[in-house]
Amino acid sequence: MSAVAAAPRTGAIVRVEGIGKRFAGIKALDDVTLEIERGTIHGLIGENGAGKSTLGKIVAGVIAPSEGRLLVDGEPADYRDPGDAIADGIVSVQQEIALVPKRTALENVFLGIEPTRFGLVDDAAARARYAELQEASGFAIDPEAIVGGLRVADQQKVEVLRALARNARLLVMDEPTAALTPDETESLLEVARTLRERGVTIVFVSHFLEEVLALADTVTVLRNGCLVQTTPSAGQTPERLVEAMLGRSLEQTFPERRPVADPDRVVLRARGLRREQALRDVSLEIRAGEILGVAGLVGSGRTELARAIFGADLLDAGEIELDGRPLTATSPRNAVDAGIALVPEDRKNQGLLMGRSVRENVGLAHLVELCTGPILSRRKQGRIDDLLDRLEVPEHRRGVAAKLLSGGNQQKVLFAKWLLEEPLLLLADEPTRGVDVGAKRAIYDLIADLAASGVAVLLISSELEEVLGLAHRVVVMRLGEVVAELPIAEASEDRVMRAAFGSTATAENRDKGAP
Amino acid sequence: MSNRRHSALALVRNYGIVVVFAALFIALSVASSTFLSSQNLLNLLAQNAPIGIMACGGTLVIIAGGFDLSVGAIYGLAGVIAAKLASSGDPILALVVGVLAGLLLGLVNGSLVSLFSINSFIATLATGYVFRGIATIVTSGFLVGVTDPSFGELGKAELFDVKVSVFIFAAVAFLTGLFLTRTRYGRYVFAAGGNAEAARLSGVRVELVRTLTFTFSGACAGLAGIIAASRVSSGQADAGVGLELAVIAAIVIGGTSILGGEGAIWRSILGVMLIAMIGNGFNLLNIDPFYEPIVQGAIILIAVVADSRTEGPITRTIQRWRQQRALPAP
Repeated sequence: MSAVAAAPRTGAIVRVEGIGKRFAGIKALDDVTLEIERGTIHGLIGENGAGKSTLGKIVAGVIAPSEGRLLVDGEPADYRDPGDAIADGIVSVQQEIALVPKRTALENVFLGIEPTRFGLVDDAAARARYAELQEASGFAIDPEAIVGGLRVADQQKVEVLRALARNARLLVMDEPTAALTPDETESLLEVARTLRERGVTIVFVSHFLEEVLALADTVTVLRNGCLVQTTPSAGQTPERLVEAMLGRSLEQTFPERRPVADPDRVVLRARGLRREQALRDVSLEIRAGEILGVAGLVGSGRTELARAIFGADLLDAGEIELDGRPLTATSPRNAVDAGIALVPEDRKNQGLLMGRSVRENVGLAHLVELCTGPILSRRKQGRIDDLLDRLEVPEHRRGVAAKLLSGGNQQKVLFAKWLLEEPLLLLADEPTRGVDVGAKRAIYDLIADLAASGVAVLLISSELEEVLGLAHRVVVMRLGEVVAELPIAEASEDRVMRAAFGSTATAENRDKGAP
Repeated sequence: MSNRRHSALALVRNYGIVVVFAALFIALSVASSTFLSSQNLLNLLAQNAPIGIMACGGTLVIIAGGFDLSVGAIYGLAGVIAAKLASSGDPILALVVGVLAGLLLGLVNGSLVSLFSINSFIATLATGYVFRGIATIVTSGFLVGVTDPSFGELGKAELFDVKVSVFIFAAVAFLTGLFLTRTRYGRYVFAAGGNAEAARLSGVRVELVRTLTFTFSGACAGLAGIIAASRVSSGQADAGVGLELAVIAAIVIGGTSILGGEGAIWRSILGVMLIAMIGNGFNLLNIDPFYEPIVQGAIILIAVVADSRTEGPITRTIQRWRQQRALPAP
């Protein structure tokens, strides 16, 4: 506490110097140096995977950097866990709300720092302090309300109250508006401004450019883990920020784009797909041998689209035709039988049996073909090894548990699972997430070869260059709808990003204005 | 070099049950002259055939990610049904009906767990009470004696000087093991418990697989129940009280993960026989049997701590220490 009192009133509250961070060998942040000015709102923006959340977490002491150092009030800070940072008045409000849903707002706000009297929780003191916090922040949340029953925006307010109860002077907010309606967003932005007036410094991590421009004093742009620029937000425009976020992309070699194998045969025809808020009237077609790229931000409905086609989530409405026949996939089993394959986005939780061997994982979806009657056939299982030979998964890695493989090899195993029997339609959700560059090329080749052999491919990726490098056609999703459909010749990063961020109007105007 | 040491360590961790089992087996052989006699060993097998059969069923349930706390009650109820029918009809048919009753009760468990998504721990805790209650009502609380000697054959008859129940136990263990490791349904069982979502997205009908493991577990408990009833030529509503926990203890000691997705039948068999040997050792060496539960409890704890999947500050500290030692000096 004395450190707080002695802290200078002006200057940088936090400085990171040469910060780097690796996750399982993959670089998430590289040599970032940045100062957060006291009493300002500092926006951190970038594409998915640019490293903005990682940087926010390092500033908040949630994770430790692999390289470089963190200075708080000019002193080196070596936070070992979030608790140390909180003691220093640095609190983060995470993207996913981290409250105890079945307890009251009051209990959540003081969780872990309950005022006590004779060893018992002093409810009266907690209430009095809660009232003070409400006054200071201008929030009106009933302290007795069960948190799980509150609107998301109110839950976020509880999170902020909790941060204030810990005497936060620096608040790191990671995508706080991602789950909010426009009204709720506006009120949260107002809250941030109120807090700034009261001397709290805020780091605001977001991919909503307009929001950041409307709120932040300073904006830092990250790309591929590197700092691109830090500028005052006055004088910036969304267009210039998009440019800075994309930059000149790292040239990645993609396989040669081959013509659509059979453009007359529509393999997938989906009409009017709806599911709650996630999908609002999505229609699309994919032809035999065509790769349809689906771009859009995280949460735009891309994954939900793939899961709905696969029968993993039930649709509220809509029709799906597969190869001219109506498909009523009410479970993944039906979809698999009909010839659809899904490579899910999260291989750890949705894709692989991490504790079981590579061969077992590859065989799982097609055990009927690998058996004589109910008995597993050693001879038929030889096909698994043929396939793994083709994918260049080393022989000595095939008997070991999947969790011991590199990300690239795990992803190959995930693909191999669906290659034993060639599907009609492949749904690939983030096929190269967490994969190193060499293995990426192998997976691109795999997808391109499959398409060339007549498989229809739905390719979902947050890496735009991947979509643009592989697909024959690109659709862009935003808020559960297809907002743009572009033949590859007309799809530029700029146009796709604008559609994804919802600033299509400007883009169209500019296109019209162009000669 | 350190690699080899590391894999040796992993081997001990993975096959800890074999090491402990062998050590105890050798120790008892040395300490007691009667332990290694074929009569003692066959007795041990015959006595533990029912619990061994139940452990086979329980292992499938646990690998598939479930938990069956009702097998003790099914064991009791199946014995009661068989004895009741035998006292008024064909004793062989009565025994068959006992097994079928177990199968049906297991199907009830599985359906409850799958159709209503009830946590299997709670669902089978509840059905266990219900099944036990039914057994009490059927018997009105009395012991149901069977006079027809053919009812007792299953538990008492011998083939080549070995109890028939031992052959049944061996057959169940062998077939279940084969099922688990050599058929595609076995793979589905591992998949359902290892990662239900991944299994579902691979087209595995996870709910159906789980239901069938409970059904099988019920049938095993029924089979075990009629063997026990046949042995004493009577059925009793409170037979097998607490047996479900002994079954789970044996499975866990064997090294099958309580979290599902990993495990093996042979492990559970060794677990059952390890517990049996502890009791046998107390007997043969004339140690005060009051200490037996303490030893059993301690062995369960040791088995779980030795499991490579456990975490926690102490395990982490040991791992960190090992890592630091493995790193070359700067």
